[in-house]
Amino acid sequence: MSTTSMRPCGDFRTSYQQDNTIFETKFIWLLAVASVGLLCLAPLFLDEYFLSLAIQVSYLGIAALGLNILVGFTGQISLGHGAFFGFGAFASAWINTQFGIPVFFAIPLAGFLTMAVGMMFGLPAARIKGLYLAIATLAAQFIIEDFFARAEWFSGGSAGAMADSVNIFGYLFDTDQSFYYIAIFALVTMYLWGSNLMRTRDGRAFVAVRDHYLSAEIMGINLTKYRLLSFGVSAFYAGIGGALYGHYLGYVSAEGFTIMMSIQFLAMCIIGGLGSVKGTLMGVIFMVMLPESLESVVGLMKETSWGNIPAVVDGIAYLKEMAIGLVIILFLIFEPEGLAHRWAQIKNYWKFYPFSY
Amino acid sequence: MAESILDVNNISLAFGGVKALTDVSFSVEKGSVFSIIGPNGAGKTSMLNCVSGRYQPQEGAITFDGKIVTNLRPNDRANLGMGRTFQNLALFGHMSVLDNIMVGRHHLLKNNWVTGPLYWLSGAQKEELAHRRHVEEIIDFLEISHIRKSTAGTLSYGLRKRVELARAMALKPKMILLDEPMAGMNLEEKEDMARYILDLNEEFGITVVMIEHDMGVVMDISHQVMVLDFGKKLISGDPEMVMADPHVKRAYLGEEVDESEAVGA
Repeated sequence: MSTTSMRPCGDFRTSYQQDNTIFETKFIWLLAVASVGLLCLAPLFLDEYFLSLAIQVSYLGIAALGLNILVGFTGQISLGHGAFFGFGAFASAWINTQFGIPVFFAIPLAGFLTMAVGMMFGLPAARIKGLYLAIATLAAQFIIEDFFARAEWFSGGSAGAMADSVNIFGYLFDTDQSFYYIAIFALVTMYLWGSNLMRTRDGRAFVAVRDHYLSAEIMGINLTKYRLLSFGVSAFYAGIGGALYGHYLGYVSAEGFTIMMSIQFLAMCIIGGLGSVKGTLMGVIFMVMLPESLESVVGLMKETSWGNIPAVVDGIAYLKEMAIGLVIILFLIFEPEGLAHRWAQIKNYWKFYPFSY
Repeated sequence: MAESILDVNNISLAFGGVKALTDVSFSVEKGSVFSIIGPNGAGKTSMLNCVSGRYQPQEGAITFDGKIVTNLRPNDRANLGMGRTFQNLALFGHMSVLDNIMVGRHHLLKNNWVTGPLYWLSGAQKEELAHRRHVEEIIDFLEISHIRKSTAGTLSYGLRKRVELARAMALKPKMILLDEPMAGMNLEEKEDMARYILDLNEEFGITVVMIEHDMGVVMDISHQVMVLDFGKKLISGDPEMVMADPHVKRAYLGEEVDESEAVGA
């Protein structure tokens, strides 16, 4: 949240408003706006493969930011985030088909529904912390997963649920190119939401609860309320991300939302940087791109003469899985504060070059 | 007698068989500086914890500003205007000093998790900036403007104590509880801190209840002093009167009595 300010010389702040921006300098702000603009142009020159990756980053990124608000900012833990993600996907499809509410409104509604469920499963957080809470949220993961398989009225049971494409004034967002805009819009909105949350009252309360809950309470923060709210907001984000996922694929099946997914979300937050909004996005991009880039490396190796032996080809597939694990372990050892911290260090290096201190 | 802001009536607190406080009563006048002294383990911090809501006393009642607060949670007491600092530093270590102090404004701010993020649309920005102005006044008052953007966890001990005081002041408290505000400070920092405490008492009209071991400071700035020993109240009253009391000398101030007795014998 707070780093030593790295303002260039002569950049004086003359109002509190100027001193309280999301983007540190005018240049960074311009850069951010320009990159959003560039992202909007991307479908013109990127093929579907990259667009689908970008969409994947968007919906996973939204859900991962939710988990980071819970884990990184409020200092709780949840092993049920994957299930909340799935709940959002089913809820949005259900709201859309059952009540005929347009998809565009079903997505935020699914977010609120997931929020309610998240707060329900967050109730133990009012009393327990740390590892005990982790196990309690693990229960949420399995209960919700079981619910998907059994509640046919809601999820279609083992058959899964169909989810319509987003439809705005008759325009159907059913291709990668068009859905990409929905995804980017949602991503930017939810990340702005998160950034603003963190510089206002409730975001500060979350961090206060994490850093020192006793003095947070003395400062007038209702611990139970904020622990629950944090679960709620986290599930809200998961629900939005899940809903986007459902409407993107057009079909939601109960199989995907396992504990593996929950752990993957946690890994994204840890690799990106706990307690950093932009770090979350970096972590998600990293986790999405890592298997993809390893896949292409494997592809290249198969081209070579020594890589084409059947034993190696079989082995490489395993190697890829192991490499993902290895990278995560290396990250935890060498950059436990995440990509956001590394990014800040690189930035500092260039700013102060050649004086590294 | 002037109007009292805090009335503590017959408080008893026990942890299992350990009686931390036994039948302690006192009242603090509005606008005064009230010090609690006593040897280690006398129950001073327990007393403060009962007042601020950390502990629930088994017996007795606490009235703050006309309301009975005995069963209220600490956060509700903060909303009523009770600020506090801790003996061991309790800042939010990863937040900037500014954010730390802004947390103190929590109960005065209105925006929530929906209106806060709708920063520009909901008026949250205006509200935040208005409160920032108040926070800056406190920052100016405590002379910590040079560190307002630093991470609280990286500051020196003396500065952290000051930030903690700033955070408690941001609550806009009617009464502030200070648990050893001068522990571990050098003479200069102690003098500064004493001046801040007097200023916040006189300029801002905040009632101060503090625990302090430095007898010089206690005698100089308090209007009333209470002495605790083994969870019991020995005496309370003017600093001079308390100092002169033989029980207090024996329990806390020590030496002189022993020496004179030794000489006499």
